[in-house]
Amino acid sequence: MSESSHFQGRIITDEQAENITRVEELAYELKVNEVMTKDLITVTPETLMQEALEIFRTNRISGAPVLKDNKLAGVVSIEDLIHCLQKNDLKSPVSKYMTCKPLTVHGPDPIIEALKLFVNFHFGRLPVVDSNFALVGIITKGDITRGILKAIQQDYQEEEVRRYRASHLFEDIESDRSSLILRYTIKQGDFMRGGAASSAIKRALLRLGATPQIARRTGIAVYEAEMNLIIHTTNGGVIRAEIEPHQISINVYDDGPGIEDIDQAMKPGYSTANETVRELGFGAGMGLVNIQRCVDSMRLESILGKGTSLKLKILLPKKELVGEGYQTNEEH
Amino acid sequence: MNVSELIKLIDGKLLSENANLTREVKGGCGADLMSDVLASIQPEAVLLTGLCNPQVVRTAQMADVAAIILVRGKVPPKETIDLAGAEKIALISSPFGMFELCGRLYQAGLHSLEVSVSDPSCGCEE
Repeated sequence: MSESSHFQGRIITDEQAENITRVEELAYELKVNEVMTKDLITVTPETLMQEALEIFRTNRISGAPVLKDNKLAGVVSIEDLIHCLQKNDLKSPVSKYMTCKPLTVHGPDPIIEALKLFVNFHFGRLPVVDSNFALVGIITKGDITRGILKAIQQDYQEEEVRRYRASHLFEDIESDRSSLILRYTIKQGDFMRGGAASSAIKRALLRLGATPQIARRTGIAVYEAEMNLIIHTTNGGVIRAEIEPHQISINVYDDGPGIEDIDQAMKPGYSTANETVRELGFGAGMGLVNIQRCVDSMRLESILGKGTSLKLKILLPKKELVGEGYQTNEEH
Repeated sequence: MNVSELIKLIDGKLLSENANLTREVKGGCGADLMSDVLASIQPEAVLLTGLCNPQVVRTAQMADVAAIILVRGKVPPKETIDLAGAEKIALISSPFGMFELCGRLYQAGLHSLEVSVSDPSCGCEE
C-alpha cells in the first residue's frame, strides 16, 4: 500500500519513555490493517432495519458499515436498532437511524489512533478507509486486544520455541554418540564481519541449553581465534565447532603463513600485528593467552609456510551438559 | 543502576535500537584494547571505550556486557550501530571523556568489574 499514515509522532521525555510497557509500544508498532477485520458484512442505506436486525442476528455482529455506491455512507449498530425498536419502526430504512459521516481510521495508522477514538467517543467499531474513502475493513476494541495478545505471544514464543526445540535435540535423536557440527569459513581481512561466526556459535550453545558461563567462555575463545584468522592468515581459514552433550571441541585451521615460534606466540604481550590491526583494538598479544584461559585444553600446531591448527576443548561438567533432558536427570 | 539511569547520569545519547533499558548494570570496565576487555571483564558490566568499530559490539556480546559507552562524543559507523541493534545491546554516546565518565559512574556506586589479566583463574567463571 502506497498510502502513508496520517499519524504524527509525539515527543516523549526520557522519564516517560522509561515506563513504557511492551503493550504501549505495540499500540504504536501495530498497524490498523494488521488487526482489522477484512471480511465485511455491509448493508445499504435502503436496507430495512428489520433486515439489518436479521443480518446482525445470523452473523452474530453488533454493527455494520453502510455502503452507498461502494462508498462509506455511515454505520448502523445495535444501539440504532434499539432506538428503532422503541419506536416500533422496523420497516424504516437504515438511512433513518444510522450514524452518518462516522469517524474513520486509515489502514497504515498505528492502532493507537483507533484507541484514542474509542476512548474519546465511545464507539463500538470504526470503519477503516483508504485515501479515496473506500471501505477496506472495520476495527473493534476486540480486534485490537486480539492483535496485541498475538504480537506479545509471538515475541515471547519465537526465542522460547527455538530454545525448546534445540535443547531437545540430543534427547530426540538416538545414537551411540551424537554430535552437532557447525562449520564457518572465515575470510582474511574481513574485519567488518569479524566475530559473526563466534556469535552464531555462542547463540547455538545457549539454545542447546548450555549455561551462560559455558557459552561465554566458548564465545570468547572462538572470537579470539576468529580474529586471528582475519588478522594473521594468508587466505583466511575454517572454524569447526563440534558440540556433544559432554564437551565442545573447536578446531580452527588455516593454510598459512604459519607461526614461526609457538612458545614466543603464547607469551602474553607478544604480537606481530601491524598498526591497522591495533587501531581496531586487537593485536595486543593477548589473543592466545585469552583462549587458553577460557578452555580446558588447547593444542596449537603450526608449520611455517604450511599453516596452523588450533584445537580447543571445553568440558561440560555433569550439571552443565547441553540438552534439557540431562538437567532433569540430575534432579532425580 | 539500570541502562536508562546510566544514560541520564552521563548525558548520554542512545544510538542503537531494541536495547533493553531496564537491564541492570553491575559495574564498569574501561579499555580500548578488545583483547584486554575479553581477558578482564566480568559479566553484566558497562564497557567504556574510545573504539567505535563493530568489534566493540562483538566483544560486548561475547563477554555479556550490559551496555557500551563511547567516550568523548564519538560517533560510530553505521555498521556498529546496526550490529548493536541486532544484538540488542545498548550503544550510548557520551560527550564526556573516559576519565570523567569513570569518575561519574564510580561516584554513583558502580564499581570495577575488571580483573587483573595476570590472575591465573579464568575471568569467565562466575
